[in-house]
Amino acid sequence: MTTKLRSFLSVFAARPVALLGLVYLVTIVTVALGADVIAPYAPEAIEPINRLSPPSWGHLFGTDHFGRDTFSRVLHGSRLALLIGVGVVSFALATGVPIGIVSALFPRLGRVLMRMVDVMMAFPSLLLALGLIVILGQSVANAILAIGVIYLTTTARITYGVTLRLREETYVEAARSMGASTVWMIRRHILPNMISPLLVQASFVFAFAQLGAASLDFLGLGAPPEIPSWGNMLAESRIYITRAPWLLFYPGLMIVLTAFSLNLVGDVLRDRLDPRFREMLSNRQRR
Amino acid sequence: MLAYVLKRTGAAIATLVAASIVIFIFIHLIPGDPIYVMLGDEATPEQVEALRIRLGYDQPIYVQYFYWAGNVLRGDLGTSIFFQEPVTLIIRDGAETSLLLATVTMVWIVALGVPVGVLAAIRQGTWIDQGLSGIAMLLASIPTFWVGLYLILIFAANLGWLPSSGYPSIFEEGGLSNLRYLLLPSLTLAAPNAALILRLTRASMLDVAKEDYVRTARSKGIRPYRVVLRHILRNALLAVVSAFGFTFAALISEAVVTETVFALPGIGRMVVQSILRRDYPVIQGVILVIVCLYLVINLLVDISYRYLDPRVDLE
Repeated sequence: MTTKLRSFLSVFAARPVALLGLVYLVTIVTVALGADVIAPYAPEAIEPINRLSPPSWGHLFGTDHFGRDTFSRVLHGSRLALLIGVGVVSFALATGVPIGIVSALFPRLGRVLMRMVDVMMAFPSLLLALGLIVILGQSVANAILAIGVIYLTTTARITYGVTLRLREETYVEAARSMGASTVWMIRRHILPNMISPLLVQASFVFAFAQLGAASLDFLGLGAPPEIPSWGNMLAESRIYITRAPWLLFYPGLMIVLTAFSLNLVGDVLRDRLDPRFREMLSNRQRR
Repeated sequence: MLAYVLKRTGAAIATLVAASIVIFIFIHLIPGDPIYVMLGDEATPEQVEALRIRLGYDQPIYVQYFYWAGNVLRGDLGTSIFFQEPVTLIIRDGAETSLLLATVTMVWIVALGVPVGVLAAIRQGTWIDQGLSGIAMLLASIPTFWVGLYLILIFAANLGWLPSSGYPSIFEEGGLSNLRYLLLPSLTLAAPNAALILRLTRASMLDVAKEDYVRTARSKGIRPYRVVLRHILRNALLAVVSAFGFTFAALISEAVVTETVFALPGIGRMVVQSILRRDYPVIQGVILVIVCLYLVINLLVDISYRYLDPRVDLE
């Protein structure tokens, strides 16, 4: 394990910028876990006398139209950002991977399933998410589901492609001719070989989930407005941008840094990937 | 070639039919009775029942689907509940803004993405390449509306050079100068997509550069810039062409947000407002048109790709 960890870190040592990304992500996780302790104010504590005050020592990132401390709200916002990311990635993997593997191993069923994936991909991603939220109602869980469905399709396609390649491998062929069961083959040969490509996919999905969630929040159909998410903070700041530009700056910066770090990490991992799979995880990610 | 075209067209039509069923079922899953939305809260049960029968909502769902699909084939997408106007008219009203926005954006994407991608590729590994690739990745990590709000803050609110919102038609007073209303929105929309095309151009230039015929061309003594333009770029652009269908899909999603930020009277903003207003016929009609457009563009991309590179079978 330690050698594995060392080789993982050595990849990043060669690309210092990506190492910064990794450090940022570790920091964000720490901040999210310790937000209650680190944040100087409660995220919903209002100070009407200090409405829209610019950044100062008392309020590092200034205050909003209710006099709430932007710094504290930004720190608390990292919780929802991580929750959305982890939720969307889990959903996309839990649904996309089985669909992809089953489609590749059972071609007849696969043709139907992949066709359905094609149909879903014909819908613009954001409209698909908006439609699902209108049906399911507005909540954090439904936002995760709605964005997760977008990445179900790409994850299923990538899994499908990788499984098709793996199926042709000699050792898989050999195992099959020796009478190995399908379940055994999936567990023994397919899933372990899929960890690296899926890790790359997960980091990109995590990054784009941040942008998708922010867009939903901005349109007023994401996380409920009382939750301090970065997207909600930006949506609220919209009418004050000339009076209080700091309200626009900090939450947006957090989204950009988070998505950028994840993209950097995903990029480095992809460069390390088996060349047979690299093409499937190309730059053509769905937004 | 003809067989290929027919096969792809058939597949696209099948996808469209499947998508239309999905849209129809989707709309019927939305909670809340559209009849009440149409008549308001004061409607009597008799009025509700009468309208339900008149609109055919008392029929089984598959009958309703065929009724709707039949109307769509005759060019009737229904009537907006909110505007009391045919959906086709509403789409036509928003089409000018959205199509112009998409066209101007595409010009930015090609004009910025391709040359800069070529530059990054021929300077591979230098600080120029790393800088440009880094900027491209950064642009792809920024929420569209954030870029839009900053452009408004800088160029409209502070400098006052450009209008911050709205778009009067180029056929109205002001003529072509009204295009300045689309400058900031199109840049907003182009930023992440130009970044995508930049990365794609760079990657596919580097791929093609490894080909045997490029080595042959170089060893024949053809001038380096000619090798880059004639042998590498021309082939590398194939991959970029195939990405246009993909870019278009991303463009629509982001246009929904961009049109909202800049309060543009386009189709994207119309969809969001209709979703908030529960104006089902408009949602249904607009999404169907968008999906149709997406499939047509992808079909054209597939066919032109096959035409440009007959070795490829995209199946």
